[in-house]
Parts: sequence; C-alpha cells; structure tokens
Amino acid sequence: MTDQTLATRPPLTEKESTGVIDWSSGPRRFITLYLPLSLFVLILLFPFYWMAITAIKPNAELLDYKNHNPFWVQSPTLDNIKKLLFETDYPQWLWTTMMVATVATALSLFASVLAAYAIQRLKFRGSQYVGLGIYLAYLVPPSILFIPMATLIFQLGLFDSPMALILTYPTFLIPFCTWLLIGYFKSIPYELEECAMIDGATRLQTLWMITLPLAMPGLISAGIFAFTLSWNEFIYALAFIQSAEKKTVPVAVLTQLVEGDVYHWGSLMAGALLGSIPVALLYSFFVDYYVASLTGAVKE
Amino acid sequence: MAIVAAETRTSYQLDQSWLVRLFDNKPFLIFICLLPAIGLLTVFLSYPLGLGIWLAFTDTRIGRAGSFIGLENFESLWHDRVFITSVWNTLLYTSVATIGKFALGLWLALLLNNHLPMKSLLRAIILIPWIVPTVLSAIAFWWIYDPQFSIISYVLVDVLGWRDTYIDFLGQPWPARWSLIAANIWRGIPFVAISLLAGLQTISPSLYEAAMLDGANAWQRFRHVTFPMLMPILAVVLTFSVLFTFTDFQLVYAITRGGPVNATHLMATLAFQRGIPGGQLGEGAAIAVAMIPFLVMATLFSYYGLSRRKWQQGEDND
Repeated sequence: MTDQTLATRPPLTEKESTGVIDWSSGPRRFITLYLPLSLFVLILLFPFYWMAITAIKPNAELLDYKNHNPFWVQSPTLDNIKKLLFETDYPQWLWTTMMVATVATALSLFASVLAAYAIQRLKFRGSQYVGLGIYLAYLVPPSILFIPMATLIFQLGLFDSPMALILTYPTFLIPFCTWLLIGYFKSIPYELEECAMIDGATRLQTLWMITLPLAMPGLISAGIFAFTLSWNEFIYALAFIQSAEKKTVPVAVLTQLVEGDVYHWGSLMAGALLGSIPVALLYSFFVDYYVASLTGAVKE
Repeated sequence: MAIVAAETRTSYQLDQSWLVRLFDNKPFLIFICLLPAIGLLTVFLSYPLGLGIWLAFTDTRIGRAGSFIGLENFESLWHDRVFITSVWNTLLYTSVATIGKFALGLWLALLLNNHLPMKSLLRAIILIPWIVPTVLSAIAFWWIYDPQFSIISYVLVDVLGWRDTYIDFLGQPWPARWSLIAANIWRGIPFVAISLLAGLQTISPSLYEAAMLDGANAWQRFRHVTFPMLMPILAVVLTFSVLFTFTDFQLVYAITRGGPVNATHLMATLAFQRGIPGGQLGEGAAIAVAMIPFLVMATLFSYYGLSRRKWQQGEDND
C-alpha cells in the first residue's frame, strides 16, 4: 500500500507515508489504523464488559436470551454483589489476599533493595554472577516448584497458614524486583554517593538518604508490580491453603463459589469483578510506573 | 576509587562506634545486604528445585516418605496415554499461542507506534487484560464458552445466522483446546504489544529516512530496519512468553480443569492433579521435572538474545 503512494506522489511528501505526519489520506488511515485498533480494543475489553453486565443482571434476564437482549441489562440488581458480601466469606478472602500481598511485597522490596545495592554499588568479585543467578531464579516457574515446596511447607508446619504464602511469594518477587532496581541504581550517578561519603556518611546512610530517595520511581514500580503479582498468584495459594476462610480471592472464587453442577454465574462474575478492582484501582493511579517496570524488566 | 575514599575516611573517624565501623566494612556489608535475598531464594527456591528432582525418582505420597525407585516414574509416564497427551497439548498450546500472541501483539505495537490522539490512555486500556488476575478473567472466558449461554454462539446463531446450533466449546477435545489457546492469546497480547512498543520507540527515525532515501518500500523498511532493530527485545520477550506459556497452569485449571476426559491437560495441570489432590507426590514431581529440558532450552535462547543486545549497544558486561 505504502509503496504505491511512494511511486505516485511527488518526492517531497515521501515523509508523510511513514505515518509520522500523515494526515492527508483519511480513508486509508481509517482502514489500516483506526479500524484494526478499535477491533483490538473491543476484543481486549469485551470480557470485562461481559463480566460487569453479568454481575448486575437478575437471573431471569441472565438465562433468557430470547426475550432480553443479552448485551444490555433492563433491570440492574445488586443481589449478586450483596449475596457475595454477606452470605459468603468474600470480605475475609479480600482481607487475606490484601494482607498476604502487602507483607510479601514489603519483604521482597526490603531484600531486593539490599541485594540490588550490593550487586550494583558495592561491586565485588563475582557480583555479576550473583546478578545472573538471581536473574535465572526468575526463570524458574512456580509450576515446577509447587510440589516439592508443598512438602517443604508441610515439614515447616506452615501448611494452611498465610505465612506459607508470605514466604513463598518472594521466590518470584525478589528476582523481579532486584533486576528492576539494579537498572534504576545504574541510572543514578555514583558521584552523588561519593559526595555523601566524602561528607562523612556511612554506606548505609548513603543508601538510605541518597540512593533510595533518588530511586523512588523504581521502588514504586517494583512495589506496585510485586503487589499485583502476589494478588494474581494462584498455584501456591491453591496448593498450600485448604480451609475455606483462609483462601485468597482468585482461589476462593474458583473453588468456593462453584458448588456442584449449578453455576451461579451472577455471583461468580461479581466475585471476579470485585477481585479485580483493587489491582485495577492501583493500576489506574500508577499506569506509567507499570509500563516503566514492564518495559524496564524486559530491557534489563 | 570510591571504595578507596570510603576506606581512608574511616581511618580518621575514630569516634565512630564499632557497630558503625562494622557496617562500613565492605565484605561484611556485602554479606549482610545479600543475606535476605540469597537466604530466601536458597531455602524456598534452590532447595525445592533440588528436592523436586529427588522426589521425581522416589515413590513419595502425601503422608508417606518415599524410597528411591530410579527411573520407574518416568517409565510408567512413558506408557501413560494421559501424560503423552499432555505433552502434545503443551507443545501445541505453547507453539500456537506464542505465534498468535506475537503476530497480533506485533501488529498492535505497530499500530500504537503511530501518532494517535490519547495515546497514553489507549496504552493504559490495552494493558488491562494483563493486570487483572488471570484466574478471574479466565472465569469470564468460562462463562463466554458456556455451552448454553455462550455469547459467541448467540451472536453466530441468533444475530448473524451463520450457524444452526450452539457451539459446544468445552465439551469436545479439539474445540476445548482451541478455546484455551484463544483465551491464552487474549491474555498475552497486551504484554507482547507494550514490550515491543517500547522497543519500537527506541528505533531512531533517521534510520527510516535513510532507508527511504535508498528507495526501500514499507515492507523492506519493516524487514530490514524494524525487524533487526527489534530482534534483541523480541528474543527476550519471546523467551519469557514461551516459558510462561509452557508452564501455564491457571488458565487451563480455571476453564476446563484438564477436561473433557483429560483431553486438555497441560503438563503443569497434570502434575498438580497427580501430585496434590491425587497424593502421588513422586509422580507429580516427575511430570514437573520432565518440563525442565524445555525450560533450559528457552533460557539458553534468552541468554544469547541478551548478549547479542549488549554487543549491539556497545555496553560492557556489567
């Protein structure tokens, strides 16, 4: 398509065909750009719309497509959400998930800041191998670890306790956060720390008063990202927690709200929606940090 | 040189307490700083990894310590139809989903690389499927794939009239496999698109200008400028994507739980089913260990992708 325009147009406007300042060819731009883009957005967002509309539909409308347009809701109801909040342990699950995710994130951030500082700033012989080792740890997926980890958790007497999740989540959070923070520390000029040390600060004071405040965006990125990863974690929470009231939201929605053969789609969707809201809120406030940490982690 | 400065400084600050001096001692500080991370990773990552490999060669069950039985687990798995099916499923799932994710993700990244109104909002919206817990969006897909009330069937049958019957998405092996792959692609597009977009934005426009002056057309510019410049980041994203698709668990467990009749088990879900509810820890560990060769290959791929990128940018290896 573009090469045709290259041939027919005068050479001076060639630049326009890259799409950089291409405002001239409206219809073509619509077909090649806006149409596929809106299809992408539509398909990527549809499941969430469907989730939300199902969550507020009364049962009569939910299971009757002949008389009610399934894409809209005629008499929205909060019954499903009410049922979820007052007849199940849902608030308890939300609280457990929040607590586990927060503590695991704090623990991982603490360990990662120190490790990243040691690897990037206190350069020692073999520091790049320690860095590489931590990177490799990120490549070990939970799917091959959960069985031996279950036996370990059992031996430690942590089975069916939130502590099991708090101690195992750092195995995938620390490698991620450490790599992100190494990248951020690299971008901070070392001269600032040298100045502080010439002025008599100890190394820990330098870390606490110079490096960390400067690495704040990196810390926020790592923190919210780690929180999201722990919120979304599934396989460990499924394997290590047994009692219904101690489960995390993703596990509980799947195992506790599905009873027998009758699926209560309304409350199931309400559960999925409510469980997504905390991360979605966090995300909406810190979009740029998410994008930075996503692309930063890939680039490092 | 900073180290020298730090060490000469401590020599005249004699009024500092021994504790402060201890924390300025570099080897001690390195040890203290690495202790929490390395400690946690050793106990909860390296040790379980080794333990898992050991368990794979034993007949451990829940509540009973096993004894070494050599390769017996792997021999019985070799003759196990369900396991062989799960290996083929995993390979199919990984390859098709990865190709789909990268084709569509690259397309989306190229679209987003244009000048658009409200670009950052658009980027934020596109990342949503990746932020929301996989299991929760998988539940939405479960409902979308419902045999009686599927919205896709409704559109195809009642709105468009392209089909006469509702599709039984999850009741038959092949429709169920394709449904899972479609859900995985949906989940993976945002990550690929946004990472590749970051790569696209680092490509200097002057390269395109130079290519155009030499008379390159759009495809040639993509093939000889965009693609090679994107290659390093593409290799890394590809490795991560392959790794996490290959070991995927949540999506399949949430939507089909391996059904119908074990037809959609991936290796990870089969390992879970045999290991935790089934109680056969040894056999479950053997299935998990069988994934390791594939993962090692993916990691090596990543390593060479990374080293090539450093070479391109002329960075030193630190």
